[in-house]
Amino acid sequence: MDRDQPALSASGVDKVYGKGDALVHAVDQVELEVARGEAVAIVGPSGCGKSTLLYLLGGLERPSAGTLTLAGQRLDRMPESGLARLRRHSLGFVFQAFHLVDELTAQENVELPALLAGASPRRARKRAQELLEQVGLSDRAGHLPSALSGGQRQRVAIARALANEPLVVLADEPTGNLDSAATTDVLRLFDQLHENGQTLVIVTHDTRIAATADRLITMRDGAFVDETSLTGGSSRTLAAMTGLQG
Amino acid sequence: MPLQNASRNQSQPEPSSGYQLRVVQEVLLALLVREPSYGYQLQAQLQLALGPLAAALNGGHVYVTLNRLEKAGLVVSTRVPQGDRPDRKVYELTTAGDERVREWLADTGWPKPAPAEFHLKLVAAAAAGIADAVGIIDAQRHALLLGLRDAQRAALGEPDGSIAGLLLEGVVLRLQADLRWLESCARYWNAKRGS
Repeated sequence: MDRDQPALSASGVDKVYGKGDALVHAVDQVELEVARGEAVAIVGPSGCGKSTLLYLLGGLERPSAGTLTLAGQRLDRMPESGLARLRRHSLGFVFQAFHLVDELTAQENVELPALLAGASPRRARKRAQELLEQVGLSDRAGHLPSALSGGQRQRVAIARALANEPLVVLADEPTGNLDSAATTDVLRLFDQLHENGQTLVIVTHDTRIAATADRLITMRDGAFVDETSLTGGSSRTLAAMTGLQG
Repeated sequence: MPLQNASRNQSQPEPSSGYQLRVVQEVLLALLVREPSYGYQLQAQLQLALGPLAAALNGGHVYVTLNRLEKAGLVVSTRVPQGDRPDRKVYELTTAGDERVREWLADTGWPKPAPAEFHLKLVAAAAAGIADAVGIIDAQRHALLLGLRDAQRAALGEPDGSIAGLLLEGVVLRLQADLRWLESCARYWNAKRGS
């Protein structure tokens, strides 16, 4: 893979479902470039096409038109076997509903992607231990998902997403099923990943997550309608926001 | 800060200042209810409660406020000699000060961020035709998002169970609510623009 290329790019990307009167333009002429190490949040009302876009970027669906690349490699024309390999090796996915394997322990869930990618059981085990440590769940390694809280399950899912040191982590409403305290834990974790240089694309309703991104893209009816850089300084001080200063 | 300035305490009798000073005045009075204190002790208590926000209290502010309270007859001070160092003042609540604290604690006035001013700004902008309401909303949203980011950073930096973290949680929740309202504004004014 070419290290000079953007981590992800989309150009003229369309996704349509159905035909004739029932035609739905889920993603409409999207242009996007995500630099390595950048955290991008995509927000917008339900049904605006943001999840569909994430699935296109992750090679889980194919565009109706346009070009998609991951580190310079074309995804839109890649055969399914190639895509599957790329998903396993270069991408990490985090979903709203966690999607952990119920019959496997936290540790085994995190080992799975490394095993599927061909790592030795010992190596996979070691990596999973490191990752569970990183997400603060070493003491829950032997628990089944049913014995974990929602926040803990999502942290296991994030550890799993990192198993193969993916180029990009794609997250779809990662805090959608979490209460405020668990959301804080997940936010801390994403913040830490971002600081470590992990490229992140997060689709979310949650303004708390959105505000931690470098760049915030707003979608409406399948298209980008606003793009805001959040790397600059704030005009209001924290003290002003608490009502301490007028 | 157009969202915040509009409707602050119209009915409060305090002569001198804006909202901030008033609150600090009553807080200082309340901290003197149990026993007299030195200024630096009061300041330390405020700093603890504010955590990373304590920087907003400049050092002299507590003393300026105490002076003001003394002039208003709400506290009295006594000089305490410190040997070779300058005298220190110990502050004590008066009966009037005590009454003020009790009224303040019972008061349910709530410093709301006022959407009315922003709402009218959008109406006026559309009427004047010199600015686009949607553009104003986007700019405001950007400003609030940066604020949310900063508040969030500060909140994530607080350990679990921190008293200052509780204050920051309040800031975060308010900004989230304001941002949700701006989404509604954007929907309305976008539709208006399209029609």
